[in-house]
Amino acid sequence: MSELTLTVMRLGFLAVLWLFVIVAVQVIRSDLFGTRVTQRGSRRADGRAQQQAAARQAPPPQRQQSSGGRGRRNAPTKLVVTEGTLTGTTVALQGQTITLGRAHDSTIVLDDDYASSRHARIYPDQGGQWIVEDLGSTNGTYLDRSRLTTPTPIPLGAPIRIGKTVIELRK
Amino acid sequence: MSSTSPTHHTSTIGAIGAPSRRNTELALLVFAVVIPVFAYANVGLAINDSVPPGLLSYGLGLGLIAGVGHLVVRKFAPYADPLMLPLATLLNGIGLVVIWRLDQSKRLQASRLFVEAAPRQLMYSALGVALFVAVLIFLKDHRVLQRYTYISMAGALVLLILPLVPGLGQNVFGARIWIKIPGLGTIQPGEFAKIVLAVFFAGYLMVKRDALALASRRFMGLYLPRGRDLGPILVVWVMSILILVFETDLGTSLLFFGMFVIMLYVATERTSWIVFGLLMSAAGAVGVASFETHVQQRVQAWLDPANEFKLSRQGVVGHTEQSMQALWAFGSGGTLGTGLGQGNSDLIGFAANSDFILATFGEELGLAGVMAILLLYALIVERGVRTALAARDPFGKLLAIGLSGAFALQVFVVAGGVMGLIPLTGMTMPFLAYGGSSVIANWALIGILLRISDTARRPAPAPAANPDAEMTQVVRP
Repeated sequence: MSELTLTVMRLGFLAVLWLFVIVAVQVIRSDLFGTRVTQRGSRRADGRAQQQAAARQAPPPQRQQSSGGRGRRNAPTKLVVTEGTLTGTTVALQGQTITLGRAHDSTIVLDDDYASSRHARIYPDQGGQWIVEDLGSTNGTYLDRSRLTTPTPIPLGAPIRIGKTVIELRK
Repeated sequence: MSSTSPTHHTSTIGAIGAPSRRNTELALLVFAVVIPVFAYANVGLAINDSVPPGLLSYGLGLGLIAGVGHLVVRKFAPYADPLMLPLATLLNGIGLVVIWRLDQSKRLQASRLFVEAAPRQLMYSALGVALFVAVLIFLKDHRVLQRYTYISMAGALVLLILPLVPGLGQNVFGARIWIKIPGLGTIQPGEFAKIVLAVFFAGYLMVKRDALALASRRFMGLYLPRGRDLGPILVVWVMSILILVFETDLGTSLLFFGMFVIMLYVATERTSWIVFGLLMSAAGAVGVASFETHVQQRVQAWLDPANEFKLSRQGVVGHTEQSMQALWAFGSGGTLGTGLGQGNSDLIGFAANSDFILATFGEELGLAGVMAILLLYALIVERGVRTALAARDPFGKLLAIGLSGAFALQVFVVAGGVMGLIPLTGMTMPFLAYGGSSVIANWALIGILLRISDTARRPAPAPAANPDAEMTQVVRP
């Protein structure tokens, strides 16, 4: 075999080997997708809504109700914490029951010495009106100034006080 | 129902919609099969002046191995890293070519130890890929391995002790790291112990990392671990010293201790472990070298290879001319090499296609070729570390880092030994060198890394779109 052919093959092989390395590095470069930052709160809320949808026994009527409720004027769409350690937290109201308390499985976990582990719950009634109910808490749940004794409809913007935490329903 | 509160103001960071990238892998694989076929033709033309008759069957064989590997990855690990399989295939392929090239050497054929190595290596590679396939099919989730933490420890100890069992172990050129199974040939259990030990270290450190990381005093900028937390590292150290003394194998000993220190560092994020590890391995190596003659010879050959060569030529027993020959091989290769099939690295003799295979690359492909080969190794290690970064579970993280760390250490120990950077050890270059155990074990290692990588890169199932869901905002108080 001629010297020239062998030299060409030798250099050609090195070139091909390096070409492979370069292509592999290019693949790595295109593989750096970057990262996506997801706010955990929003994802949880989605997940919850999804769970809820799955858990509902008869989704269509309930769904209609909840959308009917949303269709009414002055229907609240979110729950906002206005005072306390969780100030600023919001939860979308989608027809689900919101539980409040120190228990870890509550929707809103209150880090508050004056709250009971299962303190209160907020849920929509048949007509889509949001109701707050005290679950036999030690220190009570207050709507405006009055201590709750029975499940009570929540007016828009009325403060619900549990220990040091105040929440409101807003549009 | 609502099991979580929206009050943890943390964000999650995830990969953006990762494509599976199997087609990229396929393209790279075709490339990785074509390169060795090209090299094979090149060797044939250089040595025999003709295209080797086995070109088609060799190309088909390698292509079949790669194709089966690819199809199994496509089916069982669709989101796995696209680079590892092509890189391993390429290294295995050019290793086969160079082993075949050394088979053609008249000098080696004249030796009484000569056996045709390339067909066997092709068979071992096929076995290796079979194990790779088995790992991907049967290991559905790498976290299963976590259950076998302490069984792995026992298994690794057995594998390490086996070469010392009389009648089973074999002393080959001064190192007792082989066992002979009648009818099957010899195997090197240390290669498999590497993987099993990584499983044990990962499972153990995952449980103990907090105790090892947090309970420490600060002294001169270093976190000093408590005395009782030194236990595990001492045990592994003693074990590797025992390997060094009884099996007289520096490489295996260094590999295991190094792997443990790497995993300890990754698990605890404490630099002090690295400092301790380096001090302990230095102390151990110096201590053992002071009385173990085999180790002393290796150190002598490393410090003064020229003198070693002279003594060996004069017929003094216990000296080797190989270290010097390897250095000459690298030297005569220069920058671009002599061309495949045109070097004289076969002068190295019996270990030319195993321990010293890198010298052949150095001579025939030159610095440019050796750098490319080392980069291929570096890329495999990089993908392994990347897998560890992407893995979500601590066990997978530690296992991936341990396996890729062991792989990197092995490459370093062998390449460093052949190039004269550190004393020579009896380990083999992963995938390149002739040796069944090494090829099979490393294919299994790549299989496990691909499994972890598949789990890590698999996109989370997208939540179903909820048309009337309003985005909830969590505002930091």
